[in-house]
Amino acid sequence: MTRTFPNEAAGEAEVGAAVLEVRDLRVEFRTRDGVVSAVNGVSYAVDRGEALAVLGESGSGKSVSAQAVMGLIDSPPGFVTGGSILYRGRDVLTMAEEEQRELRGRKIAMIFQDALSALNPVFSVGDQIAEMYRVHEGMSRAEAHRRAVEMMDRVHIPSAAERYGDYPHQFSGGMRQRIMIAMALALGPDVLIADEPTTALDVTVQAQIMDLLAELQRENEMALILITHDLGVVADVADRIAVMYAGRIVETGTVRDIYRNPAHPYTEGLLRSIPRVDQKGKELTPIAGAPPNLARIPSGCPFHPRCPYVRDNCRVDVPPLREVLPGRHAACHYAEEVLS
Amino acid sequence: MGRYVLRRLLQAVPVFIGTTFLIFALVFAIPGDPIRALSGDRPVSPGTVAALRAEYHLDDPLLVQYGKYMVGLAHGDFGKSFTGRPVSSIMAERFPVTIRLALVAFVFELVIGLLAGIVAALRRRSFADTLVLVTTTLIVSIPVFVLGFTLQLLLGVKAGWFPVAGTADGWYSYLLPGLVLAALSLASVARLTRTSLVENLRSDYVRTATAKGLSRRRVVGRHALRNSLIPVVTYLGIDLGSLMAGAIVTEGIFNLPGIGQQVYLSVRNQEGPVVVGIVTALVLVFIVANLVVDVLYAVLDPRIRYE
Amino acid sequence: MSDTVARVETAGTPPGPVTEDAAGRHASLWGDAWRELRHDTLFVISAVVVLVLVVMAAFPRLFTSKDPRACDLGLSLRPPSAQHWFGTDILGCDYYARVIYGARVSITVGILTTVAAVVIALVLGSLAGYYSGFVDSLIARVTDIMFGVPFILGAIVLLTVFSSRGLTQVVIVLVMLGWPTMTRLVRSSVLSVRDMDYVKAAKALGAGDTRILVRHITPNALAPVIVYATIYIGIVIATEATLSFLGVGLQLPAISWGLMISDAQYRIADSPHLLLFPGVFLSLTVLSFILMGDALRDALDPKLR
Repeated sequence: MTRTFPNEAAGEAEVGAAVLEVRDLRVEFRTRDGVVSAVNGVSYAVDRGEALAVLGESGSGKSVSAQAVMGLIDSPPGFVTGGSILYRGRDVLTMAEEEQRELRGRKIAMIFQDALSALNPVFSVGDQIAEMYRVHEGMSRAEAHRRAVEMMDRVHIPSAAERYGDYPHQFSGGMRQRIMIAMALALGPDVLIADEPTTALDVTVQAQIMDLLAELQRENEMALILITHDLGVVADVADRIAVMYAGRIVETGTVRDIYRNPAHPYTEGLLRSIPRVDQKGKELTPIAGAPPNLARIPSGCPFHPRCPYVRDNCRVDVPPLREVLPGRHAACHYAEEVLS
Repeated sequence: MGRYVLRRLLQAVPVFIGTTFLIFALVFAIPGDPIRALSGDRPVSPGTVAALRAEYHLDDPLLVQYGKYMVGLAHGDFGKSFTGRPVSSIMAERFPVTIRLALVAFVFELVIGLLAGIVAALRRRSFADTLVLVTTTLIVSIPVFVLGFTLQLLLGVKAGWFPVAGTADGWYSYLLPGLVLAALSLASVARLTRTSLVENLRSDYVRTATAKGLSRRRVVGRHALRNSLIPVVTYLGIDLGSLMAGAIVTEGIFNLPGIGQQVYLSVRNQEGPVVVGIVTALVLVFIVANLVVDVLYAVLDPRIRYE
Repeated sequence: MSDTVARVETAGTPPGPVTEDAAGRHASLWGDAWRELRHDTLFVISAVVVLVLVVMAAFPRLFTSKDPRACDLGLSLRPPSAQHWFGTDILGCDYYARVIYGARVSITVGILTTVAAVVIALVLGSLAGYYSGFVDSLIARVTDIMFGVPFILGAIVLLTVFSSRGLTQVVIVLVMLGWPTMTRLVRSSVLSVRDMDYVKAAKALGAGDTRILVRHITPNALAPVIVYATIYIGIVIATEATLSFLGVGLQLPAISWGLMISDAQYRIADSPHLLLFPGVFLSLTVLSFILMGDALRDALDPKLR
């Protein structure tokens, strides 16, 4: 159903091909302290109606790769140094600025972690949603107003019409995130990138927002890219998972497969470090060591300093992402050992 | 919004009372004869002294004096000069010149200051940015009277581009003094705009605006700039005080017959009552202007409005 | 991008137990700042200029052997020459000697005023920030009122009522008008330090209020005050010159750059050197303090790096 890797996915846009595909993406930040390789050859793809979770710690490159898709990387210091981002088979990176802008918001939308700072404090929430219709569709003020209220209704904001003129700080965290979602989905995009959409929220509100996202995704048949570090959030919504570490994808597969039997030591460590209903009574063990410094990524397998399976060749050879089981890919020399 | 304005108004009352009392007490309640102090070295006839004592009710107890003084202020009575002319009528006559000068300065301040700040922020670390940074630092370091005399000498006397003094050439005579008066604030506005815009351009909501597919012009002009203007507007209120002081210097140097020049001349001629009267009036204007700025602040920033 | 940058910033600091006490973090902050400042060309230059000015103020004879008050009316308004590097003024005094001696007033007023204002501010600001409640609101109301009076306007009113004005009067008035800004700065700075964990720890260990204030809070709240105080010296020097120029500051026969320009104002067109030299010295002095303050801020505030 999904083509995840460049060697598999054909370049031509064909019927049923991925809506959005990232191929061998490389992003680096040139800072005073040296070049930081935030994304080192990442590839993934999402289909219509599919939800892909990109999982990783902060600094794993998961957010940066999404920002590259949206053209949000501040340059300098950030530079996309390689790869391509294909929307329906066309490379976004080589498009004219005008065309990219038209794609952003209309076809590919994004929501962020902290809706309070992501919404402009000095404009009413209604105006910020209506701006989508005014700018992209050239609608009249009244028409845009009407559509914005409709959208606020769709994300279940109580008495939407009255709250059109309220400002972001007058809403609760969950309501603000709904506003963000309404704004992102205003023009019915094909792809929604949600960057840690519930991290800043209370647990109960988290579930409501995830339900809403799932509901809207189903209705619109959108592709959803969910960027998160929270394994709990992933299980309910995502179809597939791509686990990232040190700017690389280290494992992919369906949620069920990965949860049941991880193929990469890092994924295994992640799963061991959180409490799970299906494994009650098991001891929680955090992953040893600290995430790598991206300016000095360890040689060989970047996970080797923290890996319990480490052997000598791990320090030298970079493990390629390879198919370890049907539909399962992992970047580990000893994936089979991890699996068994 | 109404509640906010009301609260600011109520907060301004103690400041108003405190400020006027402060000036009053320091001028009239210090040890020694205040009339003697206000006259400086000039010989004052016993008749004038008696008239002034009556004018300021100096034979009453201090609080009564202050009460009568406040009633006077409320009626626009800012005292009299040694020749018996009310300070209010002196001010009324000189008001238009100062307003014109302030307007010219304000336009310079906003147009050049904002523009320089925006360009510097959008082209960070470029030549233009460095130029703005260096120029503003230099301007801030040169006291207004030094800058005033220098520009008067170079552009007025030597180059002959601008009138050296007076208001004979209408608005044109206000250009150079206006620029001198604006210089300090202009530099501050430029720096403040730059800092604030740079910060806002990095903010999450600007990232959101970009993600919405808005043009760069709209992202900067509507989303980032609107937020960046908030501190600038607040600054303009505080800055009015230094503009007033600057007007005293500038009008003195360029011989513009405004309120500032009156203060300048009165100080030199040791006309104490006129100096105190006018400066008190200016302080009141300052307080009122800051009240207006506070309201404007609420208009610009909804977070304040609904506090 | 945000998570990458965060990673880069924390790189090299291995996560370990936070054991440093107030004194330790204090020392390292200033140590880091000093290392930074030594390599900051602008700071070094401005510090050298300030140093020269301070020496000039203390020992003017090191720079000139002439007496600034020994004048010869026959030599009135001479342009700069080999005998008189900066020319002579209306009364025929050596302008170079006068400009050199002028540093004394500026530096004295600048430093005295600033030190006095900082001391008042440290006491009141620490009290207001640490105790909140009544003390805080009382101090807040008083500073509110003081902010109602613009600096130079207030100084003009206050100085007008002094029949004889010297250095002391000018300094007193400038301190009276200057302490509120500084006090607010100390207050907000103390507020931000007050709730830090090491202060809570000291409290938990039973340290008294005075000890906490003197040992833990004030030293750590000092950085922004020192930055502002440095810039403030420059502002005070400019203000003194402006007041003296307007005729409400120092009076003759005092030697002050502001007074010199004031004296010369009707002769500037014919003898521009009368404006040039005190003007340049004055601006350079103000500039040096401002640049020093800017550099200090950059060095002391790691967030801005």
